[in-house]
Amino acid sequence: MRRLQQVFQTLKDKNEGALVGFVTAGDPNPETSIGLLRAMTDAGVDILELGVPFSDPTADGPVIQRSSARALSHGMTLEKTLDMCRTLRQWSDIPVVIFSYYNPILAMGGARFYEHSVRCGADAVLVVDLPPEESKEFLDQWSGNHLDFIRLVAPTTPQDRMAAIASDASGFLYLVSMTGVTGSAGLNLQEVSATAARLKQVSSLPVCVGFGISQPEHVRAVCRTADGAVVGSAFERLIEENLTAPDLPERLGRYVQTLKAATRI
Amino acid sequence: MPDARGHFGPYGGRYVAETLMPALLELEAAYNDARRDPLFHESFQRLLHDYAGRPTPLYKARRLSAHCGGALIYLKREDLAHTGAHKINNTLGQVLLAQRMGKTKVIAETGAGQHGVATATAAALFGMECRVFMGTEDVKRQAPNVRRMELLGAQVIPVASGTGTLKDAMNEAMRYWVSAVRDTFYVIGSVAGPHPYPTMVRDFQRVIGDEARRQILDREGRLPQALIACVGGGSNAMGLFYPFLQDPVAMIGVEAAGKGIETGKHAATLGAGSLGVLHGSKSYVLQDGHGQILEAHSISAGLDYPGVGPEHAWLKDSGRARYVSVTDEEALEAFRTLSVLEGIIPALESAHAVAHAMKEAAQGSPDDILIVNLSGRGDKDLGIVFKDL
Repeated sequence: MRRLQQVFQTLKDKNEGALVGFVTAGDPNPETSIGLLRAMTDAGVDILELGVPFSDPTADGPVIQRSSARALSHGMTLEKTLDMCRTLRQWSDIPVVIFSYYNPILAMGGARFYEHSVRCGADAVLVVDLPPEESKEFLDQWSGNHLDFIRLVAPTTPQDRMAAIASDASGFLYLVSMTGVTGSAGLNLQEVSATAARLKQVSSLPVCVGFGISQPEHVRAVCRTADGAVVGSAFERLIEENLTAPDLPERLGRYVQTLKAATRI
Repeated sequence: MPDARGHFGPYGGRYVAETLMPALLELEAAYNDARRDPLFHESFQRLLHDYAGRPTPLYKARRLSAHCGGALIYLKREDLAHTGAHKINNTLGQVLLAQRMGKTKVIAETGAGQHGVATATAAALFGMECRVFMGTEDVKRQAPNVRRMELLGAQVIPVASGTGTLKDAMNEAMRYWVSAVRDTFYVIGSVAGPHPYPTMVRDFQRVIGDEARRQILDREGRLPQALIACVGGGSNAMGLFYPFLQDPVAMIGVEAAGKGIETGKHAATLGAGSLGVLHGSKSYVLQDGHGQILEAHSISAGLDYPGVGPEHAWLKDSGRARYVSVTDEEALEAFRTLSVLEGIIPALESAHAVAHAMKEAAQGSPDDILIVNLSGRGDKDLGIVFKDL
């Protein structure tokens, strides 16, 4: 069984939601970044989203923009992001989702991206600016079927489009909680719950909710209606506020533990 | 025409976050409906005529031609359109469409400020709320246009991220649009961005080429040898070129070589860029080997952009148009020459086209006709020019 499928199955049996943790690869620098990945997996994050830094992250808010800029200033690339996944495989079997904008992937080439990702032990890819209409040319270059392709559903997505998106997706569906960029305030849990329910009607894939989730009570509420919560900007904010703190990995680990505890419903 | 998904050959398309996809599909449907509606055309044409001051003249630049000693140069005077640049054609079209779609707010990004001013103008005319995103560097470079936008009732939002130029303003406008997509229309200022923008903006700008074609046939009884226009994102060039696509007329797009292509400080996307995805469409972009977008450089804020419209990429690949570049220095020289010889102060963007036209004219014969798009006037650039000359 694939790692993602396995994780959702195990969590379901335990009546837990998934905590999906996003960090920008190479932030604040590549050495520290590896330590942060270790702290997150040790603290019990269920799925890791490894963000590929990009110079023009139009779907992201200021916190993740700045994390990208920090990583890029240390020479981070897509190639090095995938290498980090390979390093992580020395200690963890956690499912890893490569989160990227399309341009770095296009520069590497779709076929090479697939092969390298599989070789490095990645499990899935989410390309934030590659909607179903444009994803065929990328997926056609894959030489096998070892990567899941995570697709996004937004609050603006109509029901028939939701069904079309779901029919093509694998791994899980990423439900964007609000119309906004990552790290925005104003999470409306009732609306999220209604959209998640609509999505559940058209797909049997697990649904993870992201954008604007930073508190244990958000995680708890989301895990009542969906299969998991994605936290990204909140982790990046903690990293940014503790850039030079020697105990940054421990602090991040404690935050992960707090949020993970809230997934047990 | 592009294919159903907005692709010109391998270029174009819609590379955006899912939140924006429904908005783009809605826009496409609304635009397809509007373009078939005679009433929409009539309203648009009336605005262009009564409000924007069209048709703009096609002016025979005798002294400039004599100075170059060769081909005859005509200038298409978009600098004489309301607000001083071709940008007004497109913003009137888009804001008219926004109103038809029931949107009450518009946003725009701007580099040189011309598109911002034109959007603020159209928004004022239609009583819509308007926000304009502008890089902090451009806010400094183009102070008079910032004042104009504010006077027109628009809110100018300085964008400090990145290099504080057009690319960053466009990133921020897209971010804002993601949050406000339900009631806000994003007025994109060039033939760039996700489908249907490149096609829609070209259609609103084709009035430049339609008029120029008619005017030159009236005046000279024949078509020109070549059309020359500057290319940043490429809307004024696309507008001039498009109605001539089936004609035996050469088309030359002039990019900004900045301090020289070899220095890396330039904005020559078609000349020195490669295939990539930026701001929602696939085209040529300036990028490093890892797909990170590079900073562009030009003395002209309107050309300082690391991307280019996808239809230009297609015209380049298919060989239908040719793309060259001129340096900051050459553009400044042309800026001065046109001012002195013809009493016309061109925008620094347009001065790039003039600079190349002067080279082209010198090599032509007196029987050749060149049409140069004078996309805007240069008042906004005086601060920069006086600093550098």
